[in-house]
Order: sequence, then structure tokens, then C-alpha cells
Amino acid sequence: MKVAFLGATGGMGRSLARLCAQRGDAIALLGRDPEALARSAADLRVLGAPRVVGLACDLANPAGFAPALDAAVTALGGLDTVVLSAADCARPADLDADPARGARLAALNFTHSIAFLEAARARLLARGGGTLCVFSSVAGDRARKATGIYGATKAGLSHYAESLDLRDRPRGLRVVLVKPGFVRTAMTADLPAPPFAGEPDAVARRVLTAIDRGWPVVYAPPIWRLVMLAIRALPRSVMRRTEF
Amino acid sequence: MTRVAGWGGVPAVDACERVGEALSEVCRPASLTRGLGRSYGDASLPAQAGATVASTRLGDCVLLFDREKGVLRAEAGFRLSQLDALTRPAGWVSPVVPGTHHVTLGGMVAADIHGKNHHVAGCFGAHVRSLLIQVADGRELEIGPDREPELFAATLGGMGLTGHILEVEVALLAIARPWLVIEVEPAPDLLALVAALRTASRAWPYTVAWADALARGARLGRGIVIKGRWAEPGEAPAASPVRSCVDSRLAVPFDLPSWVLAPTSIRIFDAIFYRAHCWTAGRRVVHPDRFFHTLDSIRDWNRMYGKRGFVQHQSVLPAAAGDEYMVRYFETIVRHSGASFLTVVKDCGAEGRGLLSFPRPGVSIALDLPMRGAATQALVDALNRLVLETGGRIYLAKDALTRREHFLAMEPRLAAFDAVRRAWDPERRLRSALSVRLFGDAA
Repeated sequence: MKVAFLGATGGMGRSLARLCAQRGDAIALLGRDPEALARSAADLRVLGAPRVVGLACDLANPAGFAPALDAAVTALGGLDTVVLSAADCARPADLDADPARGARLAALNFTHSIAFLEAARARLLARGGGTLCVFSSVAGDRARKATGIYGATKAGLSHYAESLDLRDRPRGLRVVLVKPGFVRTAMTADLPAPPFAGEPDAVARRVLTAIDRGWPVVYAPPIWRLVMLAIRALPRSVMRRTEF
Repeated sequence: MTRVAGWGGVPAVDACERVGEALSEVCRPASLTRGLGRSYGDASLPAQAGATVASTRLGDCVLLFDREKGVLRAEAGFRLSQLDALTRPAGWVSPVVPGTHHVTLGGMVAADIHGKNHHVAGCFGAHVRSLLIQVADGRELEIGPDREPELFAATLGGMGLTGHILEVEVALLAIARPWLVIEVEPAPDLLALVAALRTASRAWPYTVAWADALARGARLGRGIVIKGRWAEPGEAPAASPVRSCVDSRLAVPFDLPSWVLAPTSIRIFDAIFYRAHCWTAGRRVVHPDRFFHTLDSIRDWNRMYGKRGFVQHQSVLPAAAGDEYMVRYFETIVRHSGASFLTVVKDCGAEGRGLLSFPRPGVSIALDLPMRGAATQALVDALNRLVLETGGRIYLAKDALTRREHFLAMEPRLAAFDAVRRAWDPERRLRSALSVRLFGDAA
């Protein structure tokens, strides 16, 4: 594969990029921190990626998306897969303390994410198709007290990805929507782990299978499909009383 | 807040654990850095409940692997299991490995771990070429045998108290085939076991013995000696095992009730283990993980000890003290009914560079002891008194119960270590529960 990642210097994106490197894929790493990009690029090279390029790109700056993706196409000599795993996250307390924080969360996780995916989609379609892999979240499957703005952005992102899949699959674009449950990354480090908590490496293995086979939706760990089926079935009166 | 504990499960405290990919930032506000928490006692615990500890588990980039020269450089959180997967197919392995591959490079340096080849290869630190360390005032510096040699020597086996280890560069060991040739030899009693171990160490690069610590009388300390060496071409296929054979799905899903590892059941287990190995004595070719990391085949095996957990006690009795001390040591265990599920005996080679590194010439004995409160403390005290008499010492990475006065009497090297800490961390910003208990740091 010739794959571009936005958000692979950490978390599940990093685990996925490492799996790709180990099997010899060419990789463009898009990210905002040059130091982190250099570190991850070295890591991926040692692990086996024949070509790795780090490119400056910040989810907060949509004007940079097109140039970064074009640079990735040039550097890799083509592009067939784009993975978006970068996202913002804020605790309810942070959102209450700073009204501007919620607007930023919504902009990064929804508006800017969609702008990035649109830019990637256009380039993949222009090359005859490919795979667009989007990290959403089970938090978008059902509103809970804690999901708030984060869950709303992920619900919107899931909706958008599903719509793209319906529309562009005949044109050769495969959309893989990833819905991670609770995964032990830096983002969740300060939260108590619930049952069925997953590890980033295991999630990455499943996501790579989904990319290879073109699964439209992948829950990871897989048990979360059932967990969310159950949670979606709960009546609102119950959701009002639960604290999770 | 997260509950953190060592592998033994006791003690456990709440800590504010910082986790992230950017180690330099993650470590900066912390008073201690921990890896995967595979030290047994309180070495990876904060000096006081609620304090901040940094975790290296997400800082695990490999930065360099020179396939010609066999040099690897990686961030401190890079795990031995990752290293094996990367370098073994290319004909290189870690020069020294501990009993589990679920350890980080940073942890291997901080405990200056030793392995079954200590008699020929020394500790891990002997093979470290360079370290990137963040010292207490926030400066980051590259240290090694020729750069800041005192700080380097104190960091090897310094239990993370000299600075936050961020990157490790190590010289690997070349192997012809990624398989092990092993030989198993039973020994009917303790003195025969130690003699067999010493004989084996003259011919084999990897040796270890397992002893039945509950057998009494004439069978006291009976056990088996396991010897190994990397296979030569013609003895084993060149192809590497595809994946680690010990990363099985077999796991202990929850804390078992404490009677599971009660003395009687351990005695039965040990007897079966001894007989089983007598039957399989002889030479064969095995997967390296089967030889080096046997217990990794049961994930979370520490849960077998139940909620009360267990402690480990590992000490080295100097060769000069004489073998009769080993007999007294085993008699002490039997007298205290100190059931030990696994008792590992290993002859150590020369002392290394690390100021506080554990090994010294002599025989090392490691015990797993189910935590039974005061009774376990009494056994550890009795064993430590014996260790003191011989002029031996204990392994800090295993320890949870040693008393400060015993430790101070065992460690004339502590003054030199303290001097390095005074130079680099005069306020003792870097502390751990272990350094409070044994080094006299403020909590």
C-alpha cells in the first residue's frame, strides 16, 4: 500500500502505521509536531517501511490539508489509502470551564475532519479509487451523559462516512469506518478502564484486516458491537438514570 | 488516579500516572518513571500515595537498528518482546535477558538485569553503549561508559533514581540460528545441584537451576539444572519461529483464592515438576522463549497468588562463604514453611560497572513467597540475617520487605551512589517507595 496517515505519531494510528511498516507499505506521516514525526518516521523505517516521509499538517489548519496530501502523493509516487485517526478530546469539566473549548472540539473533530476527508477523497477518486479509513468512536452510537460534544462530532463523522460509502463505493472508493470502544491510549490514560477495554495493537490488527477486506464498519475490540447494540436498545428513561 | 503495584501485587498505592508518546514531556513533572511494572516490590511505586509517576509504555519507538554491527537504539518503553521480534530474524538478540520478555529497555537498565548467562556476559548494563537521560533539573544528556561515567555507573541498577531514562543504545549478540539447544540434568540434593550448576557453567553460556524448596532431609534442595546455548547451523532451521510461542491465550483471568498456592499444593506441584523433568532429561532443540521466558506462557500468572499477592526474595551468597550457608538458607525456608512456588538458583559471574547492581560472584537464590503478613516478614528477616552473615546482598528489583538496617549493612556501596545523587539531584526530587523504605528518602 501507499498510505497517508494523519494522527499516526500516537495512539491507535501509531499502532496501525507500525503494522503497515512491518509488511512493507510506503508511508506518509502527516502531523503537527516535527520532533514526533521524525521519531515515528525513524521507528517505521527500522520496522520495515521501504519509504517513510514526514509532512507538516495540523488538524487545526484546514488550509494545509491539500498541500500535505499532494506532497504525500509526490513523495510516495502515488496514494491508495488515507487514514484519519487524529482527533481532539476534552473532558466535560474542561468544556464547562472554557466555552471556547467546545467550539474547538467540534471544529477539529467534525468540520476540519470532514474537510480533510473531502480533500483525501478527491485525490483518491482522481486516481481511480482507494481506501479511506476514518476513526470515529462508539461514543457516536448512542448519546450518554458523558458523550456530549465529543460524541456528537463522532456521530456526525460516522454518518458522513456511511454516506460516502453508499455514494462512492461504485467509483472504487472504499470507506472503512472504525468505531473503537475503550482503548488504552494516552487519551484514556486518566480514566478508569471499563470491562472490554482494548489495546491499541489489537485494535490496529483488526483495522488493517478491515482495510484489506474493505469492511465498511469495524468495531474494535469486536465485543463493542454487541455492547453498543445493547446500549442503543436502552430506553431514554434508563439512560437518564445511568451514570456511565 | 490509578492503582499501581509491582508484579507481586504488594504493596499497591494510588498514583497519578502520566502516559504519553512524548517521553521527554511525560517524565518532566514526575518524581519517578516506571515501565511495565515487572519489578516485584515497590521499586516502581511513587514515594507517597497520590504522587506523579511517568509511564514509558507508550514511548516505545525504535530509532536505530544497524543490521551489520548489531546495534539497537530505542526509546525507554521499547519492550524486549518487540526487540526479539525485530532483531532475532536478522540474527541478533539481546545480550542479556531476564525471565520475562514483558520488560522495557528502560527497566532493564534501571534494574541492571542479569540472566542465565551472567557468568559469561555480565549484566545488561555491560552492553549498554549510551543512554539519553533527563536528570532532576530537566537537562537531557547523553551518557555512557566514557561520558559522565559516574552518572552512567549509578544509573545502571540505580532503580530510576538518578534520572528519567529516555533512550537506550545497546550492542546486540550475534546468533547463528534463532533456536536454543538445551540440556536438562536432575540433581538429588542441594549440594549436588550447586556443583552441577558450576560444572555446567564452564561449558554452557546459559545455565540455571530450579530447586524444590520444600523437599526435606536428604532431598533438601533437590532440583534440576537447565543448560542452553544458541544452535549452530546444522542443528536447527535458519527460519525464525513466526511468532513468540509463549504469547498464548492461556491466562489467569482473575485473582485466584489464596489456598490455591498453599504449601501443600506447592509441594505437590514441585514434586510433579521435579519428576517430570527427570523423565525429560537429555538434550533437545527448543524455541528461545520456551527457555528464557517460560512463565510468559501464562499471562498474568501473578494472579495465582490471589488478592494478597506475593513477594519475591532474591539474594546472592558469595562463593567465599561456603556451601554450608546454602544448606542453612534452605533449612530456614523449610523451618518457616516458606512455600516457594519457584525457587531459582543461579551462579553469578564477576561484579559489573553498576554502582548498585545486584550480582557478584556467588550463588543467587530467588524465591516466590505468598504474602502472609508477619510470617512472611519474619522469613524475609531471617533470610536477610543469613545473607548479611555471608557478606551477600539482595536484588532491589525483587524486594518489598527488607528492613533498612539490613540493607544498609549489606550495601557499603550506597555511599558512592548517594554521592552521585547529591551531585545530580541534591534535593532528591527523584524518589520511589523503595528509596523511602531503604535509602532514607523523605516520603
